[in-house]
Amino acid sequence: MKHSLVLGLVAALAAAVPLTPASAQNDELFLPLFTYRTGPFAGSGIPIANGMRDYLEMLNQRDGGIGGVKIRIEECETGYNTQKGVECYDSVKPGNPLIVNPWSTGITLQLIPRASVDKTPILSMAYGLSAAADGTVFPWVFNPPASYWDAASAIIKYIGEQEGGIENLKGKKIGYLFLDAGYGREPIPLLEDFAKEYGFELTMYPVPADTMQNQSSQWLNVRRDRPDYMIMWGWGAMNATAVREAAKVRYPMDKFISVWWPGEDDVRPAGAGADGFKMLNFHAVGDEFPAIQDIVTHVFDKGLSQVSDRSKIGENLYNRGLVNSLIMAEAIRTAQELHGHPNVTPAEVRDGLEALNISADRLKEIGLEGFMEPMVLSCEDHAGQSDLYIQQWNGESWEKISDWFSPMVEKVRPMLEEAAQEYVAANQPWPQRDVPCANAS
Amino acid sequence: MFYREAGQFKTSYAADQAAFPLLEDRIGIAILLLVAVIAIPLLASNFFLNTIMIPFLIFALATIGLNILTGYCGQLSLGTGAFMGVGAYACYKLTTTFPDINIIVWILASGIFSAGIGVLFGLPSLRIKGFYLAVATLAAQFFLEWCFIRVPWLYNNNASGAIEVPTRTLAGIAITGPTADPLTRYFTVLVIVSVLTLLIGNLIRGRIGRTWMMIRDMDIAAELIGVRPLAAKLSAFAVSSFVCGVAGAMFVFLWLGAAEPSSFNIRLSFQILFMVILGGLGSMAGSFMGAAFIFILPIVIRMLPAALDLDIGAATAEQLNFMIVGALIIAILIVEPHGLARLWAVFRQKLRVWPFPY
Repeated sequence: MKHSLVLGLVAALAAAVPLTPASAQNDELFLPLFTYRTGPFAGSGIPIANGMRDYLEMLNQRDGGIGGVKIRIEECETGYNTQKGVECYDSVKPGNPLIVNPWSTGITLQLIPRASVDKTPILSMAYGLSAAADGTVFPWVFNPPASYWDAASAIIKYIGEQEGGIENLKGKKIGYLFLDAGYGREPIPLLEDFAKEYGFELTMYPVPADTMQNQSSQWLNVRRDRPDYMIMWGWGAMNATAVREAAKVRYPMDKFISVWWPGEDDVRPAGAGADGFKMLNFHAVGDEFPAIQDIVTHVFDKGLSQVSDRSKIGENLYNRGLVNSLIMAEAIRTAQELHGHPNVTPAEVRDGLEALNISADRLKEIGLEGFMEPMVLSCEDHAGQSDLYIQQWNGESWEKISDWFSPMVEKVRPMLEEAAQEYVAANQPWPQRDVPCANAS
Repeated sequence: MFYREAGQFKTSYAADQAAFPLLEDRIGIAILLLVAVIAIPLLASNFFLNTIMIPFLIFALATIGLNILTGYCGQLSLGTGAFMGVGAYACYKLTTTFPDINIIVWILASGIFSAGIGVLFGLPSLRIKGFYLAVATLAAQFFLEWCFIRVPWLYNNNASGAIEVPTRTLAGIAITGPTADPLTRYFTVLVIVSVLTLLIGNLIRGRIGRTWMMIRDMDIAAELIGVRPLAAKLSAFAVSSFVCGVAGAMFVFLWLGAAEPSSFNIRLSFQILFMVILGGLGSMAGSFMGAAFIFILPIVIRMLPAALDLDIGAATAEQLNFMIVGALIIAILIVEPHGLARLWAVFRQKLRVWPFPY
């Protein structure tokens, strides 16, 4: 009788809980959003969550959804915690989500093997497993517009240009400051390969997640090693701390280049010391686009947005969330065209993602002309390896300082394919791709 | 009235020493097992199995593991998360090196590795006690977590630094990996947890368990009547870490499907310690109750707004969750410092004497 209290409760729950995850309704497009508005990474998570939500809400308010079908938006709080993320996935799965966005490399790694079993497309936009770009191995996983390896190669290419040619990297020292988790370690194999190939020396500065707000020891080492350039893969409070510490040790800010995750709020606290800090990006910052103005009219002014302050709309991470929703919306639209009916299924949306082609004309139509470079995915290429650019912090806002340029596609692609094969070898038996290729005609 | 002991005569020593001497207890356990084996698989959805039952059972086993050490032997440990991690990484290494041997064998064998590491870090317990020992086990937590990050051999040089669970089968049915049905995994977990609970329960009732409790109650007195502290303390560390290791291997292989080092961080250790304290130190049933309270309650609270059609937003629900669970923990510990198990014991006593309380 001792356990009966607990298990009796559990048994009662057994009857109650299965009813709670809302079942799929055919007259809605179900898009769950995995967000984190709580926890140590909330600073980065909140603007992304707002951007994702507001764009979809705008489509609902302005156009009545996509192709005339309303979007059902449901947020699930992950706290950037892998266990909670998996719990979120299990709770939304009975509703047949059209696309799942894990918004954490850790959660993405957990969900990748399940995607092809559950037939749910996973969109890990510019994060997650780089090798997932190989669509022949990972038919259900997408990481457009570029993988972390593309990003790392682009930064190296940019540094090479600064030095007057990639061959001049020989003998240079490049420091790599990263969050010591799956996310930060992702580009290391590529950086190590490049270090050998181009003859630069790579020094590593791992930052453990639980002490990411205290990086004095890492920056002490940076001051000792004096790397010619610093590359950063940070997230949440780590970015803000790194910028502050870099300013404190007087590291030349224009030689400090980050991947695309720092937001304005990460850079501002460092004050004038942060001027010149550079960041790779794949979309524009700012709110002067018609589509974003529509968000203001249809969502923010109506009080449907969770954005606290009007000035937050158009910031880097807000726009990042917007791109994520833009890709989902365009994939659904493509799927509706491909299959000729508006109530698409997850499998059909997967086809839509594979046939995705966001051209310059289409961007203009959406009201985002010049917001990002055209993005084309295919059955083989799930990342798109789109063009990127470098922007610089001028004390108040981000300034675009380079033209759009492509990552080192010809170098990265074979490495991606090789890594995909390694992943398959390590995870035997890995299912063969069994879905036909969907090409937009 | 409900718990009538009158008329239940014990006519042999065996009957007197049984694990459940009362008929009512035996009926209760039988009902519980029937619910777990028949009712839950028939009624529960995959979500319920995956998100509630499987982790609940695994956490209950880990709680039993820590309870052996802290509740029965009186040695405070903050390294539970790391010992679970040792089990998980050992199981990963074993099954990737010898893929042909059945995964259940490896899940159980990984406990042996964890036991070894546990004994190693238990050695200081012979000299230090209480808070000082807690700090020593905390060192184990940090050191082992550091190993999971810094020793690439442990995760087969995976670029992501995470361990991923390959598909393994038993008699042709997948029990681990993405293709494994939640029901199959549930039964696997249920069998392992039930068998280990039974074994540990009997171990504690026997000579070994009694030496642990003697050490806990007063180590000098125990020494004087012939208990060897070395053997008693180290065996408690070994058995405790074995159980935690098995729980850790199941945690990754039968629940999460992949794990990063941060899955085994200090928060997991604290979570399990809270389960032990809230459930009741030195109680097997309490381990299950504590695990249920700490693990299942937040999930239920998270789902309540949706079930009641309240639109308060995922983040607000999460904040409320922290507040409610925190307040309840404090409230329960004020009402009953000995945990839920004691609460249940009090309730049972009331049932025994009802309707004539004295």
